[in-house]
Amino acid sequence: MSFMKTTALASVLAVTGTAVLADCPVTEGRLSIVGNEFPAIQSVAALAQECMGEGTEASANLTADHQKINVAGMSGNPAEYTSAIIANSSIVALINEDVIRPLDDLIAEYGQDIPDLQKITIDGQVMAIAFMANAQTLVYRADVLEQIGVDVPETYEEVLEAAEMIREQGIMENPLGGAYAAGWNLAEEFVNMYIGHGGQFYEAGTPQVAINNEAGVKTLEMLKALSEYMNPDYLTHDSNATSAEWEAGNVALMNMWGSRSGVLMDEEGSEPQVYENTKVAPPLTVDGGDIPASTLWWDGWTVAKNISDEDAAATFQALAHATSPALLNDKTMGEAVWLIDGYEPAPVNEGVLAATRMGTQPYPMLPYQGLLHTALGDNIADYLQGNETAEQALSDIEAAYTAAAQEKGFLN
Amino acid sequence: MKHKSFFWFVLPSSIAMLLFIFFPILSVLLQSVFTEHEQVIKEVRNCGPFGCQTTTSIDQEATAALREAEPLGRFVGLGVYFDRGHLALSEVSQLWRESAGLGAFFDRLLNLPFYKAIAFTLTYTFVVTPLTIVLGFVIAVAVNSAARAIRGPLIFVSLLPFIITPLVGSLVLFWMLDARGIIGSAMQVLADDPDLSVKASTPLMWTMLMVYGVWHSAPFAFIVYYAGLQTVNQDTLEAAMVDGASRWERIRYVVIPHLLPITTFIALIQLMDNFRVFEPIVSFSAQAHATSLSWAIYNDLSGETRQLSSAAATSFLTIIGVAILLSPVIVRTYRDFTRK
Repeated sequence: MSFMKTTALASVLAVTGTAVLADCPVTEGRLSIVGNEFPAIQSVAALAQECMGEGTEASANLTADHQKINVAGMSGNPAEYTSAIIANSSIVALINEDVIRPLDDLIAEYGQDIPDLQKITIDGQVMAIAFMANAQTLVYRADVLEQIGVDVPETYEEVLEAAEMIREQGIMENPLGGAYAAGWNLAEEFVNMYIGHGGQFYEAGTPQVAINNEAGVKTLEMLKALSEYMNPDYLTHDSNATSAEWEAGNVALMNMWGSRSGVLMDEEGSEPQVYENTKVAPPLTVDGGDIPASTLWWDGWTVAKNISDEDAAATFQALAHATSPALLNDKTMGEAVWLIDGYEPAPVNEGVLAATRMGTQPYPMLPYQGLLHTALGDNIADYLQGNETAEQALSDIEAAYTAAAQEKGFLN
Repeated sequence: MKHKSFFWFVLPSSIAMLLFIFFPILSVLLQSVFTEHEQVIKEVRNCGPFGCQTTTSIDQEATAALREAEPLGRFVGLGVYFDRGHLALSEVSQLWRESAGLGAFFDRLLNLPFYKAIAFTLTYTFVVTPLTIVLGFVIAVAVNSAARAIRGPLIFVSLLPFIITPLVGSLVLFWMLDARGIIGSAMQVLADDPDLSVKASTPLMWTMLMVYGVWHSAPFAFIVYYAGLQTVNQDTLEAAMVDGASRWERIRYVVIPHLLPITTFIALIQLMDNFRVFEPIVSFSAQAHATSLSWAIYNDLSGETRQLSSAAATSFLTIIGVAILLSPVIVRTYRDFTRK
């Protein structure tokens, strides 16, 4: 984000901050946030820090590597971080390690206003407060689709047809984009596509993996078919690199995070030809299914277990304030699909809203899903590069997962 | 030296070594033979903005009781070392029985993560180490024969790759190698192939990682050799000149023998360093093409669910690997020492 934008954001926040100090400032305790780094979370963290009054401590460590440090930073006693901002996949690690506390008593005391929609309840206890929804949906270039004379694709099969036409007509050499970097991103694309094919990851009710089936093979084949229309370097392209390709005007269709689409539609980083024609559409389906080949995500905040009651109360109050209607203003409104009362969707958020309407499944919140995600990220690239068959890749994934799950005590 | 004064003399460094080297390694060893308890899974009902779902979660109370009973976890002995993520004993023996020939066996062996990582790690080590030594020596001789006035700046420039943080250095190279970067485009023009992409090809990616490795560590070899060159006996050199030895013969018969012990030292350090190759793989986003033992440790620890025992086992296997690699050099040094 540029300097101009950051200052603009800060000044907007400063204004709202002073205007709604009803339950702020918090007068005692400590707030220390760890979380991912994108505009929506930056806004939340900034407002929460502003809520901490004189004589209190407030800090935030926002980084793309937050998952690598949050468990360690919350395991000590007292914990370094009093709150981790997480998503539905990463809360599992915090619950597995038992480092976050139930919020019910704090809600009773300080948070009666929090709507039920925002409460993440696990086994009857509220463990997190969600503030935004996210999903990967289609992003397309309206001008290019018009040029080849096709409607906005609704399925991956239509995407392939459009890609072939764009290439044939010499408009773009590699018209498709996607965060296919080997590792977490590629695994996420598999999870999306596999759900779109109606696949189940495990044998019902057990941690026994079961992806070496027809849906798994079709999923891999679709990923490979799509990759043939991508920049040859696609295995090194994460969301940032894919966005850069988009802004450079090299890509016409891609599956991209709702939280990252706004950046593609602003005036920065690309020609008017690109940003004016960048549009978002609902997530795609595949293979005649009705469930979108995408996953729904929420982002929310937690409170650490190993901290004093005073710090927990301070953290709770500051973050409850930062994710209340006080957060919403002209600047922040378009940053995300907020789950906060008073939110009015901007055009950029239509993709994610459509995803919720279409019955997109949430990313699985299972204690062993992280192990499968790692195994997927390590083994799909071999197939995409043509080194082995789809069946071999799937059996490698199952074997890698099983070894990891045995080590972690999920399987015998 | 008296035994007593020797004892007091080495005590501080012994304590430091014990604290910072021996105990951490012991703790890694301990972690690698224990794994987590069998997880007690219970069915739970989760609700959130997208509705309610029945799913599973870890039973924290039952787990807390298990942790209390056995704080270190479950003892599995060498179980983790032998599982599929590491030495994969049962998978390897199955492959051996099923494979038609040696070629097919090795082909499928490289599909197992540990062997895939060790294949790249060893190739990298044995290509980069000799090239580093040769290149470092050549630069040292060249700088040593340059005019005195420009030697200072020359040394500084030659050292730059070593001074730059590995992550930054490799990122710079990575961007230059991009299909739209300066080296990437130049290669496309030279090879007359507009689709040529270093990042998409496994052999080119391996080559680039090794080029980076040599580029980054040649300055180390250079500066050590350069220091060594200052101690070459000038009388011997002059005598050789009087005897009519050419420049090459002087290097071959006077300088190189003089620098041999230094070469052993550089080889030792470089073997250790190169066996732990890590940064370029991360910066080059090369994991689809090349993995190393250190990268495997990083990968185990950076997933959403950390695999501590697996990472500890790989760490210990790395230590064993380094020990095996260094053994010939150490044996040689020991022999030289006792011969005197």
